[in-house]
Amino acid sequence: MINKIAPSLREAVAPITDGASVMITGFGDSGLPRELIDALIDHGAGDLTIISNNAGTERVGLARLLDLGRVRKMICSYPKSSGSVVFAELYRAGRIELELVPQGTLLERMRAAGAGLGPFFTPTGYGTSIAEGKEQRVYEGKGYVLEQPLAADFALVKGYHGDRWGNLTYRFAARGFGPVMCMAAKTTIAQVDDIVPLGLIPPEAVITPGIFVSRVVRKDA
Amino acid sequence: MAANKKLSRDRVAQLTAQDIAPGSYINIGLGIPTLVPKYLDPEKEVVLHSENGILGIEGLMPGDEGDEDLINASKQRLQLIRGSSIVDQSLSFAMMRGGHLDATILGAFQVAMNGDIASWSTGAEDDIPGIGGAMDLVAGARRVIVVMEHLAKNGRPKLMKSCTYPLTGVGVVTNIYTDMAIIDVDPTEGFVVRGIAEGLTREELQAATDAPLKFADTVMVLAER
Repeated sequence: MINKIAPSLREAVAPITDGASVMITGFGDSGLPRELIDALIDHGAGDLTIISNNAGTERVGLARLLDLGRVRKMICSYPKSSGSVVFAELYRAGRIELELVPQGTLLERMRAAGAGLGPFFTPTGYGTSIAEGKEQRVYEGKGYVLEQPLAADFALVKGYHGDRWGNLTYRFAARGFGPVMCMAAKTTIAQVDDIVPLGLIPPEAVITPGIFVSRVVRKDA
Repeated sequence: MAANKKLSRDRVAQLTAQDIAPGSYINIGLGIPTLVPKYLDPEKEVVLHSENGILGIEGLMPGDEGDEDLINASKQRLQLIRGSSIVDQSLSFAMMRGGHLDATILGAFQVAMNGDIASWSTGAEDDIPGIGGAMDLVAGARRVIVVMEHLAKNGRPKLMKSCTYPLTGVGVVTNIYTDMAIIDVDPTEGFVVRGIAEGLTREELQAATDAPLKFADTVMVLAER
């Protein structure tokens, strides 16, 4: 019997080791797996590479993980949202590495990794500083930049409903980075508002099928 | 430059909205562009796109109302409209990069006469860089419409022979709406003025612009109302 349900948030994040790369869903406050992030903070793993669109706000959640010195490198598209104070402090002090990636390129790099593709050409960033050191090519009159797939050891994902097979739905635009990160990580850990019996989510309403999900945990477990 | 020769931000937004064709799918960026939706005639059924995967937005929710899982790129809470849809972020960026959006309306630090745009970094040493979806939008939208003040806060021109700040995209801008003029960017002609604020002379407009201006055969006079 397939049973991906983790009994607690603590046990769900237990496999995350020092030095791991961790994708975290979220766009601003929307789609952030807050409970899983707090569990990761309590878990204590450090020297992490975090892949997430933003770099946290205030001094809670992802920003707290940064504040505690657990993150060696951020890979993100926009670390300067209002309230991103911790990242700014660390960055100006030279205490965190930043790989800045245009958001669509970040998504497509992850999608490529999850979909078994190699490097790909995108028009995004052609002729800009983002393209420096990368192969650039003009194809049918339009310029492209060669970008590399981006995989990770883990993904922390905010789902809405999940079942024991790992099938997931998402709430409104909290979907965001979820489907792509689930595919791109070796181990995907999804928190959900509710765990429902297998078969309750109509097949066509499953947004991420369980094949891409390793662990499902209730956000209050 | 007399202040009364400049158009208000709302008037610039209104002029921009008037040039959006019915049934267009558009993305709206930060700054003056956020004012554009309120001047779009609902009869036109212009569908607004938000990069986090929302197509079909009514506008902002007042105060603290709304839902944190329904926000725009400025992280403001939104209302959906009848007919709206939600997709994952990768599909949303496929809309942007894949040429499916009729236009993106965004602000900029600088625009060059060849259509280059600089909008994400001033290159200052203590600047925290952030790109977000800007490079994807300008790379893929069919029209890239820049809506901004004609001059920077320090009085320097923003319409340049060539950009001095780091670029967001190369040769992509198609139209510019400022508080002084409406300017089309032509691949061979460069900046072509299509409208000029009432009371402003061509010489004054040129003095506020780093790059040489050309003028269309017919130049509209843009009154405040």
